[in-house]
Amino acid sequence: MATVQPHRVRPGRGTELLLLVPALGIGIAGYVLAGLGATGSVPPHVIAYAVGTTVLALVVHVVLRLRAPWADPVILPIVVALNGIGLTMIYRISIAYAERGRSEAGIADRQLAWTAISVALAIAVLWFLRDHRTLRRYTYTAMVAALVLIVLPLVPGLGQTINGARIWVRVGPVGMQPAEFAKIALAVFFAGYLVTHRDTLALAGKRVLGLQLPRARDLGPIILVWAASLAVLVLQRDLGTSLLFFGLFVAVLYLATERTSWIIIGLVLFVGGAGVAAATFGHVGARFDVWLHALDDEIFSRDPGGSGQLVYGLFGMANGGLFGTGLGQGRPDLVPFSYSDFIVAALGEELGLTGLIAILLLYTILVSRGLRTAIGVRDGFGKLLAGGLSFVVAFQLFVVVGGVTRLIPLTGLTTPFLAYGGSSLVANWIVAALLLRISDEARRPVPAVRAIPTPDIGIPLSAAGRSRPVGGGRSTGRTGTPAAGTPVVVGDAPIRTSTPALDTGPVPDDSPTQHLGADALLQDEPATDEHDTDHRGGETR
Amino acid sequence: MNTPLRRLATITLVMFVALMASATWVQFFQAESLNTDPRNVRTLYREHGNARGPIVAGGEAIASSVPVDDPFGYQRVYPQGDLYSAVTGFYSIANGRSELEKYENDQLTGRSDQLFFTRIRDLLTGKRPEGAAVETTILPAAQQAAFAGLAGQGGAVVAIEPSSGRILAMVSTPGFDPNVLAVHSTSEAAAQYRALLQAPGNPLRSHAIQERYAPGSTFKLVTAAAALESGSYTADTAVPSPTTLTLPQTSATIGNFGGSSCGGEQVSLAEALRISCNTAFASLGMTLGEDALREQAERFGFHDPELTVPMPVVESVFPSGLDPAQLAQSAIGQRDVQASPMEMAMVASAIANGGRLMTPFLVDTVRAADLTVVSKTEPQVFSDAVSASTASALTQMMVGVVDSGTGKAARINGVRVAGKTGTAQTVEGQPPHAWFTAFAPADAPRVAVAVIVENGGSMGNEATGGAAAAPIARAVIEAVLAS
Repeated sequence: MATVQPHRVRPGRGTELLLLVPALGIGIAGYVLAGLGATGSVPPHVIAYAVGTTVLALVVHVVLRLRAPWADPVILPIVVALNGIGLTMIYRISIAYAERGRSEAGIADRQLAWTAISVALAIAVLWFLRDHRTLRRYTYTAMVAALVLIVLPLVPGLGQTINGARIWVRVGPVGMQPAEFAKIALAVFFAGYLVTHRDTLALAGKRVLGLQLPRARDLGPIILVWAASLAVLVLQRDLGTSLLFFGLFVAVLYLATERTSWIIIGLVLFVGGAGVAAATFGHVGARFDVWLHALDDEIFSRDPGGSGQLVYGLFGMANGGLFGTGLGQGRPDLVPFSYSDFIVAALGEELGLTGLIAILLLYTILVSRGLRTAIGVRDGFGKLLAGGLSFVVAFQLFVVVGGVTRLIPLTGLTTPFLAYGGSSLVANWIVAALLLRISDEARRPVPAVRAIPTPDIGIPLSAAGRSRPVGGGRSTGRTGTPAAGTPVVVGDAPIRTSTPALDTGPVPDDSPTQHLGADALLQDEPATDEHDTDHRGGETR
Repeated sequence: MNTPLRRLATITLVMFVALMASATWVQFFQAESLNTDPRNVRTLYREHGNARGPIVAGGEAIASSVPVDDPFGYQRVYPQGDLYSAVTGFYSIANGRSELEKYENDQLTGRSDQLFFTRIRDLLTGKRPEGAAVETTILPAAQQAAFAGLAGQGGAVVAIEPSSGRILAMVSTPGFDPNVLAVHSTSEAAAQYRALLQAPGNPLRSHAIQERYAPGSTFKLVTAAAALESGSYTADTAVPSPTTLTLPQTSATIGNFGGSSCGGEQVSLAEALRISCNTAFASLGMTLGEDALREQAERFGFHDPELTVPMPVVESVFPSGLDPAQLAQSAIGQRDVQASPMEMAMVASAIANGGRLMTPFLVDTVRAADLTVVSKTEPQVFSDAVSASTASALTQMMVGVVDSGTGKAARINGVRVAGKTGTAQTVEGQPPHAWFTAFAPADAPRVAVAVIVENGGSMGNEATGGAAAAPIARAVIEAVLAS
């Protein structure tokens, strides 16, 4: 007798267009202010810059209208704003470098070019990847790709050691950091593998000390991939990426198995590993020294492996104080690599604590929209992929900003969307495109034809409808409790033959907890509902 | 999978809150100590990027910042070069800063708490912050007279207005040209700094307030003051004055300058001071005792490690635990008695001011860039060094020194000058330090001055306080009285 009635969801493209105005405004105004602050005059090419960035953002917006009309309307504006803030700061630092005749003076123009390339690739992802579940077919391809990408810098003649880390690949004039792309491939592999093996991982196996340990043959492949990545990264001295992959691994494993024990095991492994690494590898131990005793004179002036860069970054941030020196008025060029690893310190100096917290809040919203997408999407693979990608963004930011502000040891990663660097920008725009693609799936209302009258299985109305008080609150789309057994047609939900729920597709949703009846019914709840769509899935545990 | 997703969302939120907390820690709670970290060149760059306030003497800037077209934006210039180096000190990218540039830095940069509202206004109006102007108490004519008098000789002059403690002149020679240290080329500034560090006469150190010397006979003023304050002596009290005094428990003797007699086996206290009789003051010191001398010295400002003008003044010392022989030598300003030129100027100033010692100070007014007064130094009493009657008696005795005693070189037509010479033995074979401390006019003093010419200056072994130092004091007094 109960009927699930999706409340009305708007595609959100109008909202997105509206949000793009301030998002673009931040970048353009910042560009002008940086020029005014540093040189006293408006940047000569500001019109071209403004038109260029606006066109890029609008093209993505139009592609979303065509190919992912239900995509989350907040993700793109935030990414545009962050990218704009990054361009502003890189431009501002390039002015300082140009004044002092430094060779890095061209970074601003190159980052602008990378922005265009990133947007183009993000558009390609949105255009050609019509359904994120297609990626599940490439689970093992992704695994191989991730491993190849990780190993690539070690190939003689191809890899390059820059600043002590062998994480670069150079072919002709184009250099890239393959690890940035490996993180996407790994996220796809983890999601694809774990969605298949989640139950065996979660349920089969011994209990030791109250922890449910999985069977080796279930866990084996994934441990192997992760360990291989780790080993190679250790050879490359790329601590940040090792940490990032580890975090991704633990997070996705936890999502798939729903077992807190994974977090505990992960933390134990990590603390142990970090301890062993600090004692074994000189460069890891040095990082710990720098972290704990950054301001000691001896550590400060130690070369190599001193805390100079970190402390200069702290000086910069302290100089900014609460409200910052103003764009163009600080001295971010005094901090080594302030345009890449330490862009957060540069932003902290010129925009102050206020500006830095505003930027962190943008990330908070971005990540929460990504996780909201994961909650909303109906297939397990999509959940794991969206959850994993969102967490990668959050964790990468945590590792970078935590390192720069001395919350955790400094490991050297790029700040997503802000830092200078082609690989990082392209990879993160692709992450954004994937999240947009999955959110389109997550937010698209289930077509009316699915809202079938259900057999009376004795579920009280209050239970089925408990996610929202009947006819109450802000559910403006709801017009009232329909008569029992009456199919409800939601007016503006487009009916598409390729709707995911009908589309058994190439990748069946293999959630083993799926039952007919109550679960099937509840699954049809709209994704935008603020409550679990599959909270009943837990019954099988 | 939604429950763990929700938990993951909570975890990411916790991570972000931790980031905000650590950013707040760095940018708010730790900011002060990071900004003042000596390794933080940013503070220096920022100060150079803003208009640093001028240092002013007699209405003229003796240090100012002029806009230049380089990354720093402003260049510090010192129009008078080494004339005021003991007052302004230097301000350098490579070598930091000294003297007023250092001790008034917060005012000059505009970072002082007193300039808080000025800063807020600059912030709101978008105006580049400007530092406050520091106006000194220096009287340029007195400074020039002292500088000219010391020309080519190592030494120092300090002149004080006795009634207020205003420092009218403060010269240390050899000085240095702060302009060469203020150059923006770090390597050049560092090279100049090294050269000055190795230069003879230690030009970077202020001899007026940072060096201590044996005060020699000028210390007899303190011994005489202690005698008068004890109540057992007047200016006319006879004191023993043998030609040579054998020191108790030793075979060493104290003689008078040039081995002369003091005019009898006993002379009056006034006469002993007029001719600077060593034997008389040595025996007087033994009679008065160590404690009486040290207490008197302390009332004049000895043993004060906290005195700042606002630059710290080195502590002057009268030793303790003396045997009678050491006491006898200390009473005439030899042995381990050590005084800065500033301290001896304070002794003269206290006597001139009827026994009340005013705390010396160099900064008169601090004005914000819009000329509003940020702070003005009010004269403060340092101590009541001697009673008015003692001061009056000492003044008469000191007038005798200049009128007809060892200080005749300080006589000025129509002005009664009170003074005391000193010729301090240093190490064997080195010419003595020539001292003169004085004030004038004796009946209504406007200036008290102390002069030291190190190692006899241009007169070498022939130097005495009367010959080498008194003319300089006279020139300074004349300059003050003429203004």
